[in-house]
Amino acid sequence: MAAVQAKSISCPNCGGPVELRGFAHTLSVVCPQCLCVLDASTPEVQILEKFQGKTQVKPTIPLGTRGKIGDTQYEVIGFQVRQVNSGDDTYSWDEYLLFNPYKGFRYITEYNGHWNFVHVESMLPEQTQARGKPAMRIGGATYLAFDSMTASTVYVLGEFPWKVQEGDSVACQDFVAPPAMLSSEATGGEITWSLARYMTGSQIWQAFKLPGSPPPAYGIFANQPSPYGASVASSWSTWVWLNVALAALVFLFMLISPGRIAFSDHYVYSQGVKPDIAFANTGAFVTPTFQLDGRKSNVELSIHTDLDNNWVYFNFALINNQSGETFDFGREVSYYHDSDGSEGGRDNSVIVPSVPSGQYYLRVDPEMARGSPFVAYDLQLRRNVPNYGFFGLAALLLLIPPGFTTFRRASFEAARWRESDYAPSMSSSILSRSNSGGDE
Amino acid sequence: MSGPTANCPGCGAPVKFLWSSAVQTTCEFCHSILVRTDVDLKKVGEVADLPADASPIQIGTEGAYQNKSFVVAGRIIYEYEQGGWNEWHIVFNDGSSGWLADAQLEYDLSWASKPPAPLPGADGIRQGQTFQWNGKTFAVTSRTHAHYKGVQGELPFEYWDKSDVLFADLRTTGADFGTIDYSDNPPLLFLGRAVEFDDLHLKNLREFEGWT
Repeated sequence: MAAVQAKSISCPNCGGPVELRGFAHTLSVVCPQCLCVLDASTPEVQILEKFQGKTQVKPTIPLGTRGKIGDTQYEVIGFQVRQVNSGDDTYSWDEYLLFNPYKGFRYITEYNGHWNFVHVESMLPEQTQARGKPAMRIGGATYLAFDSMTASTVYVLGEFPWKVQEGDSVACQDFVAPPAMLSSEATGGEITWSLARYMTGSQIWQAFKLPGSPPPAYGIFANQPSPYGASVASSWSTWVWLNVALAALVFLFMLISPGRIAFSDHYVYSQGVKPDIAFANTGAFVTPTFQLDGRKSNVELSIHTDLDNNWVYFNFALINNQSGETFDFGREVSYYHDSDGSEGGRDNSVIVPSVPSGQYYLRVDPEMARGSPFVAYDLQLRRNVPNYGFFGLAALLLLIPPGFTTFRRASFEAARWRESDYAPSMSSSILSRSNSGGDE
Repeated sequence: MSGPTANCPGCGAPVKFLWSSAVQTTCEFCHSILVRTDVDLKKVGEVADLPADASPIQIGTEGAYQNKSFVVAGRIIYEYEQGGWNEWHIVFNDGSSGWLADAQLEYDLSWASKPPAPLPGADGIRQGQTFQWNGKTFAVTSRTHAHYKGVQGELPFEYWDKSDVLFADLRTTGADFGTIDYSDNPPLLFLGRAVEFDDLHLKNLREFEGWT
């Protein structure tokens, strides 16, 4: 059987040739010369509508362009501009009709550089509720109500398998589950459901092999996938693994550098009267010398006291016996408690960084409030202790990337839903539509 | 799957049958509508020129659905204000037959079904009305007043010279499809599935200029 031939008619208004790309599916066609809308369903071509506005709109994807989406090649055969007037806000989007003689009709919509590939859905959605919003369920996915509008066709080019007319108007509702969007169009009591999938300008450019580069996308579109959607989950799982690695590192540090005790002793301090204890002091004293080994490293001096509602301040000097190099530092230990609770603690410690190896002794000079009783205390000097504060800081720094992406995603979603009838800040009904022009 | 052969009582041309259970067929030479009797073919009418249509399906197109192969043996053509569609009569290799609707390249498969309860009359069927069939909720999604435009090939019943017919199409939240056909009294029920072109594995299709 011979191939079905493409048909051509002549425009009854201007006499110009009108090529038909949709074969016998085409019921109406716009004359490319005079822009008359013609009825192509009968051999005697009638004029449906004579003039459409004065300016000629040039579709971004020219009529007759073929492109491959998925495995299927489609030809652009129709184009319409659809406009929404809601109060003081007017905006419009472009809609392309795609045709394949076997697979049928599809649509591409474009708004502010955001594109969608659309097919008519043969299943009916189910009404439901999700995240406090009215929603629709279809094909196992839940779509949240986004907005509703009345869209009118304000400009047409090319062919349509229905009798298109300027001013055709339909009530639309959009439900989103990015990157998909479920839309309804109601005309004369019949509701048509369609499913859209978000596409970027560059995907469209690639599919239709268009010259140049796509127009930039402005704002955030209703079903635009969040660029942070997947990265939030992955950044948190990265965070978990980095923390596991950090914990392992801490554990390793505890194993390989347990902090060898270089010096340890027990003392009693009293002001003025020296108690009858061998190791008691009334003022400053020096310890015997001890050896600090290995590479230049830190030392930690831990103080453990038996304070009771009192304080003691220690002036320390760690002095190199050979070079005389001195590390001066001090620490207060204070411990107060009553029936309401306690403040401070009996213990304290100080880390002295970067102490070279050598023979050292400590000079200890305690101070207490006048009239205080004596205090017993232990001093313990450990060489080369792991600095866990560094690990704490690292753990905090690790929080930054996932925290940042989480914040970015939240901002992205907030921006998306600002354009919705169901914006969180608004208690509006479905009829009082916010600015969906999306120019922010 | 070739059935018996007879001669057209109108023009004498041989009439071949793809399906042995066909009740009616058309002569592809003189366009006579022929009904089978016990002994021969009886001419009951003639088909006017069929409207130009761009369905990729034709008589003899083969396909398979759920591992059952079928061949397209006939069709009924309808038109309405916003287009037209073909009800292709398909016969399966097990001898059963069903319908493949091609409405502007949206495809639905259906089979004659027995309604568990009487169907409402043409005046009583409303948009959104629901029915429980086979454990599923079918909702009326469209009511179409169609004009019968003709028949071609083999059909499972006598069907010709009809005028306007009301159809009510029904859908579910799955891909189920139903249609109530008011061309007869009581009305007929067909139940099936919405299908994608690729689901049908069609061969021997029409070709279109500029498309391969």
